[in-house]
Amino acid sequence: MSTIGYESWAVDLAEVGAIYPFQGSEVLMTLLGVAFWIGWHRIQFVREGKHLEEAKRTGDPDKVHAQLERY
Amino acid sequence: MDGNLNALTTIFTEFYYFVTVVFMFLIHVGFCMYEVGASRRRNHMHTLMKNVMIIPLVTVTFFFFGWWIYWAFPDFPFFGGLNHEMGDANLPWSETMGTNLSDRITGVFWAAFLLFSWTAASIVSGAVIERIRSSALWVHAVLIGSVWWIIDAAWGWHYAGWMVKYLGYHDAYASGVIHAIAGGYALGVIMVLGPRIGKFAKDGTPRDIPPHNPWMLTIGIFLIYTGFWGFYAACNVPLISPEVIGGELTGTTWTATNIYLAPTSLSAITFNFLMSLSGGLMAAYVISKGDAFWTFSGGLAGIITASAGNDLYHPIQAMLVAAVGVVIVYKLHYWVERRFKLDDAVGAVAVHGYAGVVGLIISGFVLWGAPSSPFEGYAAVNPIGQTLGAVIMFFGLGFIPAWCVSKLQARAGVLRIPEEVELMGLDYAEHHAYEDAKAEIIEADKAHMAAKATPAE
Repeated sequence: MSTIGYESWAVDLAEVGAIYPFQGSEVLMTLLGVAFWIGWHRIQFVREGKHLEEAKRTGDPDKVHAQLERY
Repeated sequence: MDGNLNALTTIFTEFYYFVTVVFMFLIHVGFCMYEVGASRRRNHMHTLMKNVMIIPLVTVTFFFFGWWIYWAFPDFPFFGGLNHEMGDANLPWSETMGTNLSDRITGVFWAAFLLFSWTAASIVSGAVIERIRSSALWVHAVLIGSVWWIIDAAWGWHYAGWMVKYLGYHDAYASGVIHAIAGGYALGVIMVLGPRIGKFAKDGTPRDIPPHNPWMLTIGIFLIYTGFWGFYAACNVPLISPEVIGGELTGTTWTATNIYLAPTSLSAITFNFLMSLSGGLMAAYVISKGDAFWTFSGGLAGIITASAGNDLYHPIQAMLVAAVGVVIVYKLHYWVERRFKLDDAVGAVAVHGYAGVVGLIISGFVLWGAPSSPFEGYAAVNPIGQTLGAVIMFFGLGFIPAWCVSKLQARAGVLRIPEEVELMGLDYAEHHAYEDAKAEIIEADKAHMAAKATPAE
């Protein structure tokens, strides 16, 4: 048993196609990948919004002035 | 791969695209350096992170659907349905979209297109620095990188694209399909986003916001030039026989071709890349009265202007086209800035968008009547087709989608950072723990030094 479909390389390469593991589960892998991507945007979007909202109130005027001087 | 010649050609082609992809990575390095150099210190990390994260987001989405769009959309939706035969072979669950010994080209060809996608998104990223929310920009990055530009590529940068067939659209090195669309897209975003605080005086006079680090910009743009050279090579098919092309070419002479499978050579495009770079640099130096950054950007704008026809131009034509384009681009940039109060932080709309549009229009005249394709029945290159193509790229697929999405984001309050944060700087806002710790340790060191100092006698 081999996850890639080949247990030895005693093969004619002209006959060999895909050699990645778990062939046949490509659609499932795509769904997982898309969920990971959309989930990432969601987490980042929520985190950034919250952070910017908090950051509006954290600025010490002296420190903000110091930042403005740092061109 | 039956037969040694076929095997050699396939592996040479695989290696060729692989090398171009590595070279093109330098474009992104250059964009990152350019953007960070142009931003002010209080926004460095945010600016950098905003551009770096374009890489993974555009990559995964280009894998999920961008690459399929290229193969499925050549006629869709105006001149036919989706091309399922070609599209299905490039879906993310296709067996050729992975480690597959019977297909050695899809991965590197996909990657070559993907690096163009990064470039399109990165062009937009530069225009909006110091005031856009990262989350908003990253939505735009996915849209321009994995949807809009690849639709335009299917239509106008594909051997069977409807724009090529019916308009005679010719854009060998992507004046329109990358640069005009990305410039138009950037314009749509900045029009809604608005200028940075302080960019315009009360009477509307624009203020220059100089780069904090000129050297970083210089190295950045030189890396972009270098990567652009790889981009040129990536736009070619390196070696192909007339038999494989299957068009009207006769004889048995193998050749390199452009993306439309029409013949050109690496030698030709090397001549023209360097001559258009030179024409752009020289014109920009004169028109900007020696301004360093406009001169450097002018080199890039020169290449972009000549790119549509750089597979066929004579080198002197490439130089002159570049020079003319740069003068127009420079004048247009300042006119638009004054007239519409737009803040394009790195001149991306001008250098990419206007240069791409001008280059397409000029190529319609210079290449008038030249075959756009080796296949029978395609329209020849002509000024109307090229002008329509420029409008489709800049406005249809660039400006309009960007403006609409930006409007939605602005209405939802998720496009622009709060004013307070813009003033204190995104790095302080996002990394205030770091900034506070740094300030604290500097103060502690100063206090320690003051305590240890021996008073002068």
